Amino acid sequence: MFSIDILLNAVVTGILLGSVYASLALGLGITFGILHIPNIAHPTLVVAGAFFVYTLTQWELDPIVAALIGLVPFYILGVALYLFYSSVFERRGGANVLQSLTLFFGLSLVVEILLVLGFGSELKSVSAPYIGSSLKLGLLTIPYRLLIPALLGPAMIAAVWLYLSRTNSGTAIRAVAHEERALSIAGLNPASVKRHAFGIATATAVVAGAALIMVGPVEPFAGRYQIGRVFAIVVLAGMGSIPGSLVIAIAIGIAEALVASYLNPSWSPGVAFAVLLLGLASRPQGLFGAAR
Amino acid sequence: MKTRREFHKLAVAAAAGLAAPAILGRKAFAQDKPIRVGASVSLTGPLASTKNGLIGYELWRDDVNAAGGLLGRKVELVIYDDQSSAANVPAIYSKLVDVDACDVLFSPYGANLSAPVMPFIKQRDLFMIGMFGLAGNDVAKHDKFFHSGPWGPNSGRDWARGFFDLAKAQGVAKIAIINADLEFSKNAAKGGAEVAKEYGMEVVFNQSYPPNTSDFSSIIRNINAADPDAIFIASYPADSTAIIRGVKEIGISDKVKLFGGAMIGPQYGALLGSLGPELNGLVNSHTFVPEPTMQTPAIKGFFDRYTPIAVKQGVEPLGFYIPPFYYVAGELAAAAIKGSNSVDPAKMAEFLHANTVDTIAGKIAFNEIGDWKERRVLMVQLRGIEGNDLEQFRSPGRQVILDPPSLKTGDLAAPYNKARTS
Repeated sequence: MFSIDILLNAVVTGILLGSVYASLALGLGITFGILHIPNIAHPTLVVAGAFFVYTLTQWELDPIVAALIGLVPFYILGVALYLFYSSVFERRGGANVLQSLTLFFGLSLVVEILLVLGFGSELKSVSAPYIGSSLKLGLLTIPYRLLIPALLGPAMIAAVWLYLSRTNSGTAIRAVAHEERALSIAGLNPASVKRHAFGIATATAVVAGAALIMVGPVEPFAGRYQIGRVFAIVVLAGMGSIPGSLVIAIAIGIAEALVASYLNPSWSPGVAFAVLLLGLASRPQGLFGAAR
Repeated sequence: MKTRREFHKLAVAAAAGLAAPAILGRKAFAQDKPIRVGASVSLTGPLASTKNGLIGYELWRDDVNAAGGLLGRKVELVIYDDQSSAANVPAIYSKLVDVDACDVLFSPYGANLSAPVMPFIKQRDLFMIGMFGLAGNDVAKHDKFFHSGPWGPNSGRDWARGFFDLAKAQGVAKIAIINADLEFSKNAAKGGAEVAKEYGMEVVFNQSYPPNTSDFSSIIRNINAADPDAIFIASYPADSTAIIRGVKEIGISDKVKLFGGAMIGPQYGALLGSLGPELNGLVNSHTFVPEPTMQTPAIKGFFDRYTPIAVKQGVEPLGFYIPPFYYVAGELAAAAIKGSNSVDPAKMAEFLHANTVDTIAGKIAFNEIGDWKERRVLMVQLRGIEGNDLEQFRSPGRQVILDPPSLKTGDLAAPYNKARTS
């Protein structure tokens, strides 16, 4: 069945969902895209962020305020995680990708179990005055439950991108991905720069967690459903391209929404990978990545 | 002076005297050996929300032991965590049978986890009580398997028939069906489509969606475009929440008389508490609700004891859906053991096939493959919910029973839009 109403709403829903996916992928874009650390625990850290936000909302705090409060503790958590990672692998002669994957896989399992022990395995959701109502604009009906979290994604991505491109410490983060030794010659400690970057990546998890739990209820294992999609976004955007990840995430969101509306919702999980395959076939370095 | 013959007699007597305590003692020990009841429970993993059933097992064990045990023997539970993974189940049940020497087995929770153990039970000819596995014995057709859940016969197709009976009574001609792409939901939707066809209803929309879909706005718009009179939904907790919120955000046609059916989630405190008034008007399946037609002293007594334990353990405080039927599983095993005066699987099964058992969930009789002879899945309508306080769900009138007629406590409030906003 085709109607302009359904088409318009599907596209807008896709844009909103894509923006939320971009929030989820941002941390991975930094750790994997820039630092080349395959942090597959990032989606689980996003879920941990969602539970952090859930906890604070029990004291009647708005989820966005709760996420802002969580930035500092999650930054510290990220720094601690990098210190552990670095002491286990990097100082012993370079991090083998397989070992790193195993470490972060184990980390995600530990975080999941800790969440189950702390919160139980039941779904947790948040309430806010805007959750449950919609903005009506002509033919469009836009749930605030999607609109507010969708605005968080571009805002956070813009902030991180400005930081990486306009500040000295941001430039150092981008530089460490290219040539650590040159950074040392310039008098900077690459480990310190990476630690800071990992902290920022983990801090984004709490904002992404707030977005996730506003869209729908979350359980401790919810990160598993996002791993494939966020990796597809980071890889297809081109490793390290932060604005590119927003574009790709929105493209995937729109493609999923159109498939759900006009074909079959069951096919939508395959959309991200279909887009990834098609994209990489035409541009192996990613759509927005520089050739290396 | 003793002769050699006398010496031999003396030696035999002495040996017998020395061995007697050991021989007699072994016999006495055999009689004191507890009856072991083995099960796996999902204490961790995605199905860990079902672990409150363990309280039902433990309450039954305590009650039966306080009453002197079974056949003069104590009852002992042997429980392992299956981590919600079907891959762990075969090894657990092999251990329960071959190492722990359990006399009675309770299945894991649900059809997905129970399926791997059914061939083993059938091959070894063991006695098992099934825990919430819809149509769990329809393939194996093992004659020593009995359901504790009220799905009734031909449950794969018929367990949610009550929803379609209500739809038929409302003159529903066009129905929409959506389901999660998971075993239980797919079976429910398939059965629902068959029953709808049997009742002469046109299925105008029939679509599945992947697990953990968080936005249903596209699907709800497409359903609205199909213009159904009723919507049958087979969903899991996360999607149930997203669907109910999606309806509130996008809106639904005033024509829709019934909405719900096979949604997992609104039976549990977590979702009842988080959605609260947004659940008003929903017609959904359940196994127990505290309505006057079901609130017997026996089940009230069960919940009086369950609630403080659940609160202390931090699990589902209401516990309407699962825990009573875990207690029922124990009652069925106890009836079989006492009735047959044995722990022999064949004799226990023979007793349950031949007799009706009185449990806290009412009288239960079984057909040849261990289904309840009479389906007793409830279709309840959530009404009058105000705020998010869970205690209100302990009062009658919040989850009104519409079906089966024998337990009915009210009539359907329709259409759905009116029922959800009134």
